[in-house]
Amino acid sequence: MQTLKAPADSRAKELAGEGGSRREDARGEGTGSRGQSEENRRYHVLKVLFRKETAEFINSRRMILFVVLTALITVSGFYAAVSGLAEAIEGGNTATDFLFLKLFTVSANSIPSYNSLMALMGPFIGIFMGFDAINSERTEGTLNRLVSQPLYRDQIIVSKFLAGLFISAVMVFASGLLIGSVGVIATGLIPSGEEIGRLFIYLCFCVVYIGFWLAAAILFSTVCRHAATSALACIAVWLFCAIFVSLLAGIVADALYPINGGDMQAMMNEMGNYSCELNLNRTSPYYLFAEAATTVLNPGVRTINAVTVTQLSGAISSNLTLGQSMLLVWPHLTGLAALMLAVFAISYVSFMRQEIRSR
Amino acid sequence: MISSEKKEFPEKRMSPEEGGLSRAGEGATAGTEKNIAGKMEDDIVVRTESLTKIYGDLTAVDHLDLQIRKGEVFGLLGPNGAGKTTTTLMLLGLTEPDAGKATIHGLDCTRNALQVKKAVGYLPDNVGFYGTMTGRENLRFMGRINGLEGKALEERIDRLLERVGMAQAADKKTGTYSRGMRQRLGIADVLMKDPDIIIMDEPTLGIDPEGVRELMWLIRDLAERDGRTILLSSHQLYQVQRVCDRMGIFVKGKMVACGTLEELGQQIGRDGTGALELSVYPDNISLQRILKEMKGVLDIEKNSDMYVIHSSFDVRRALSKKLTEEGYTIMHLRQAGSDLDEIYRKYFEKAGEQVG
Repeated sequence: MQTLKAPADSRAKELAGEGGSRREDARGEGTGSRGQSEENRRYHVLKVLFRKETAEFINSRRMILFVVLTALITVSGFYAAVSGLAEAIEGGNTATDFLFLKLFTVSANSIPSYNSLMALMGPFIGIFMGFDAINSERTEGTLNRLVSQPLYRDQIIVSKFLAGLFISAVMVFASGLLIGSVGVIATGLIPSGEEIGRLFIYLCFCVVYIGFWLAAAILFSTVCRHAATSALACIAVWLFCAIFVSLLAGIVADALYPINGGDMQAMMNEMGNYSCELNLNRTSPYYLFAEAATTVLNPGVRTINAVTVTQLSGAISSNLTLGQSMLLVWPHLTGLAALMLAVFAISYVSFMRQEIRSR
Repeated sequence: MISSEKKEFPEKRMSPEEGGLSRAGEGATAGTEKNIAGKMEDDIVVRTESLTKIYGDLTAVDHLDLQIRKGEVFGLLGPNGAGKTTTTLMLLGLTEPDAGKATIHGLDCTRNALQVKKAVGYLPDNVGFYGTMTGRENLRFMGRINGLEGKALEERIDRLLERVGMAQAADKKTGTYSRGMRQRLGIADVLMKDPDIIIMDEPTLGIDPEGVRELMWLIRDLAERDGRTILLSSHQLYQVQRVCDRMGIFVKGKMVACGTLEELGQQIGRDGTGALELSVYPDNISLQRILKEMKGVLDIEKNSDMYVIHSSFDVRRALSKKLTEEGYTIMHLRQAGSDLDEIYRKYFEKAGEQVG
């Protein structure tokens, strides 16, 4: 047997000056009363991580850009609404009920509405917060320090996701309510209860939509080694969803249901072509969100699928109630939420399976 | 403070026994060994049994059997890519072994990773901090994760910053820190959770000599004053030689030798690969005859102007006497393989032959 340095141990017991509060929380608790305290510890760790993520983001320089981006969406959306609203009413292009909600959907000559700005720029907010979530910690060398702490590894990625979602929710609600309140002052429109309900649902939609992009960004940040790569990948996906999906949907639908022959078959295909294109478009979260948002914000939208004349016969031309509108877009909401969760689940699994070495 | 410290010690002494009771499966085997080895068995806090990790074609760690006792400083030595980091990752439960197992305080490192991580502090190679936060904030964050709050947390932060000599720079953003400062803050960070066992991966890399000296002093202090067990991996031999109680030499995933510096030297000597270096004046035919006729000499090699003498026992005394009698002047006489560099090189040569 090899010799052990004997003095080391005994002296330690005499002199352990440092260990004033030794092990009060370390092993004593873990072995004895697990269950409750272990559960509490879990939430405690998650809370600490969540706090750190939020604080880090708010203190970062990115926060300035983030606020500017949100402010830009808010201000231009609001400007479009205020300048476009009067024109729209005078021109008789729009119904005069639910005018308050028009603040979010009306666009001026060249400035898009708040809603379309959100559909287009919302992804940026999500990507912004998530594209370097994991890989920056990896390159900074903080991730392996973090995973060697007594925490479950999933708490790291879950806290990042929750913190991002929390910040984007705060931003979205702040900007939405700002438009609403300034709109009340500027236009004198008083929102009804239903309008407030619709607005609330719409803002929730926005959060889920941004959450999807946040999850996608976190996925790329887990998979890609460099933050730049993951940012580019995110933007590529965003461009694909915003632009190319609709192009591709048109091409595929035309190939499957040709309608430019001018013959009988082309006329027969018309319905199939439209449905096919619509369904393909709906695979893109961009389209899904835009469609759902329009339905929620505009009670005048009675249907989102292609309808035949026979189906329309006997229908009363009036606005839908909130419940009926929700019924129309419920699949959209669940679909979007499911997409968000699925993407997050993939990044969760890939993060859990990853080996974390030093940089 | 004083009363709480006093309370600790019995509890601390209890812990290995409690650990022993809880693992029922090992009880039987441990029981028989206990009679012979007695206390020694209880003292082993880190143990690996034929631990293996394979990456594709590469066997990063190959059937590693390692035992580290309480309160000792153990050095894992080896060239880059020898499997040192992989071993430390498996000990922390961050990487799953392909075969074998690692236990710390009798807890399986893969299955009870959380419990293990409570007892083990890990200082990674090239440690990093959140650059937008100050050193103090970084420590506070780690303390909170480990369940510290309020006054106890702040006190410990202050004490640790003082101990690693970072009190002045504590309120600067860590983004501005130098390599050496990061390393020192890293040690404070590891100590935040008050671990029994500290694993350091290449702690001396990229630090100036003075910094290394301080670091080594700190490591020794952590082991001797606090009674912590320290496992450090390095390829910088001299630094490690000074601070380690025992060392394990790692080559291509295998631990080719393990023990104190003297033991490693003896192992080399016994193998006959290390021997006596001799240089005398005048160098002639009769010298070789005298050397060959010496009792215990097995073999003589001529190595430019140096003879390497392999012998079955230490012949230095007899040899110098004989040579002086014969009228030779000894220019150089040295027992080869007595410092770590030599040992290290020899082992690498040996392992290289076996593998390649």
